[in-house]
Amino acid sequence: MSAPHTEPVTAPESAGEAELAAYNFAYLDEQTKRMIRRAILKAIAIPGYQVPFASREMPMPYGWGTGGVQVTAAIIGPEDVLKVIDQGADDTTNAVSIRAFFQKVAAVRATTHTADATIIQTRHRIPEHTLKEGQVLVYQVPIPEPLRFLEPRETETRKMHALEEYGLMHVKLYEDIARHGRIATTYAYPVKVHGRYVMDPSPTPKFDNPKMHRSEALQLFGAGREKRIYAVPPHTDVVSLDFEDHPFEVQQFDRPCALCGATHVYLDEVVLDDRGGRMFVCSDTDYCETRQAEGHVGEMLATSEREAAE
Amino acid sequence: MYVAVKGGEKAIANAHRLLADRRRGDRSLPGLTIAQLIGQLGLAVDRVMAEASLYDQSLAALALKQARGDMIEAIFLLRAYRTTLPRFGASVPLETGRMQVERRVSATYKDLPGGQLLGPTFDYTHRLLDPDLLNETAEVEEPARRDGEAEAVMRVSDILDREGLIEPDGEMPEDHVPGDLTREPMEFPMPRDLRLQALARGDEGFLLALGYSTQRGYGRTHPFVGEIRMGLVEVEFEVPELGLTLSLGEIRITECQMVNQFKGSAKAPPQFTRGYGLVFGQSERKAMSMSLVDRALRTGEFGEDVVAPAQDEEFVISHCDNVQATGFVEHLKLPHYVDFQAELDLVRRMRARHKPAEETTEHEEAAE
Repeated sequence: MSAPHTEPVTAPESAGEAELAAYNFAYLDEQTKRMIRRAILKAIAIPGYQVPFASREMPMPYGWGTGGVQVTAAIIGPEDVLKVIDQGADDTTNAVSIRAFFQKVAAVRATTHTADATIIQTRHRIPEHTLKEGQVLVYQVPIPEPLRFLEPRETETRKMHALEEYGLMHVKLYEDIARHGRIATTYAYPVKVHGRYVMDPSPTPKFDNPKMHRSEALQLFGAGREKRIYAVPPHTDVVSLDFEDHPFEVQQFDRPCALCGATHVYLDEVVLDDRGGRMFVCSDTDYCETRQAEGHVGEMLATSEREAAE
Repeated sequence: MYVAVKGGEKAIANAHRLLADRRRGDRSLPGLTIAQLIGQLGLAVDRVMAEASLYDQSLAALALKQARGDMIEAIFLLRAYRTTLPRFGASVPLETGRMQVERRVSATYKDLPGGQLLGPTFDYTHRLLDPDLLNETAEVEEPARRDGEAEAVMRVSDILDREGLIEPDGEMPEDHVPGDLTREPMEFPMPRDLRLQALARGDEGFLLALGYSTQRGYGRTHPFVGEIRMGLVEVEFEVPELGLTLSLGEIRITECQMVNQFKGSAKAPPQFTRGYGLVFGQSERKAMSMSLVDRALRTGEFGEDVVAPAQDEEFVISHCDNVQATGFVEHLKLPHYVDFQAELDLVRRMRARHKPAEETTEHEEAAE
């Protein structure tokens, strides 16, 4: 995060006689940014607590990252280097679109390398490369309330958080075990932050939950449609809910990435043909490409290179 | 062989190029002008202004054109522009009693001061397609005009109020600053001014359905249309620095006052209650639906039980915004393969565990 400046960067075309106003640096006006920063500061001060904020109408649809975009717009400065991922990849269409938005309205440098970015906006994944001090991870959050599917009313869930009344969540997890023999939540797996608030980590696979625990990076969560911001400050305890006899565990893949041979990473399943052919590759495209550049070779890459050589 | 899913940027650019082509359509035909849209598709322009909460016909028409006639997309475009505009302050409350009335009907009185004025309405037209419009062959007559002094058009609610038959207009404390849910975070329960704002920009179809549901027994309110009026009102703005009130111009609005039954209680004598609707432009359907839903949402105020969806504030207000709704529903088409992978994995594991269990049961049964 570097000092924001207020120069208008783009002037959209005028509509007939009516002159449309120019947009501010990073789209939002400075007053709005201040409002969002205040919400962010409050969120950092109360880890895991959902701070209501006056979410603005953004030029992309609700549910497509308006919360994350507002958080990023509020903290980004001209010196920042931005990385945007969706499903772990830099080149999924929505990530491309959001990156292009910031390049247009903030003219910031963009990167795909996790280590080079100062701000990483993400949907559904945490990068495999361990985040460092000074980096900010901005999550796009569809439903910020971890208790929402247990209790649809906001008036009720806010009370439950205030009273630290999380019994319902434990009952839900217990019922999973009773019914399926295991906890059947695979993503958006609830966590307890700093021993106090139960928090929705956004729909990241639970594979990523351990990465949140005592991360050196600042983690900010923006939910535009639901008008909430929450945060996990650096070095904060983030513990996935579980039971003594059913400890939390992450997904295990029984094979390495087919392109870079990485193990202990989250893999995407790619359907190769209509005869059941499958391959598994890193969901984090930057991580995979970096490893390939370093000379790591997965099973399928080796075959294709051999084919190419022949 | 696996092909990396690259080229999102190019795909997006090409998709937008195709979209621009489809929007323009046949190049041999002249493109629609903003003036044509305002002049000939005025009610569409009105709806965009109403649900975008921005009174600007040219921009609404531009949005409509850019959105290829998709109303919600046009509303979205205009809202995304509105959000960037600075706020100077709030206008003085509109004096709808001084409206230059173009239409005014009451269902509660046969005749009343100011009269019943039908105005430009589809009511009593026979819905027969008009072949003359195909080629604009028939000459359109000039409208008939009434000469002379316009009679003051008093509000029906004022007539009832004089006898104390209807509850008074809601009063806000002197120092009350009107809320703005586009600038402040939403909180439940909501004061009525914010609720009305949410309804005024709410989706016409959603409010229509909810209002309809109250008529069919899901939270009955026994409504009568006290009055619907549509016309031009002056917007005034108080400038504290100058110590005077300036006129900013006129806007066309539709107002609906619904008169609802209420039996009274030990505390209050029997009185009719109000439901209120106010919409930019000409939209009776929306104003009426809004006033039905407004009254339904006041259930708690009258100590009635919340038993129907239309009476449930959190349910109605949280879901009446079509820009929010369309965004979240349509976000399902974004990639979800990371989460789906997690579910796939779980289902496979559970099925794997299930199979041997099934086999053993069969085996045991056979043994018995």
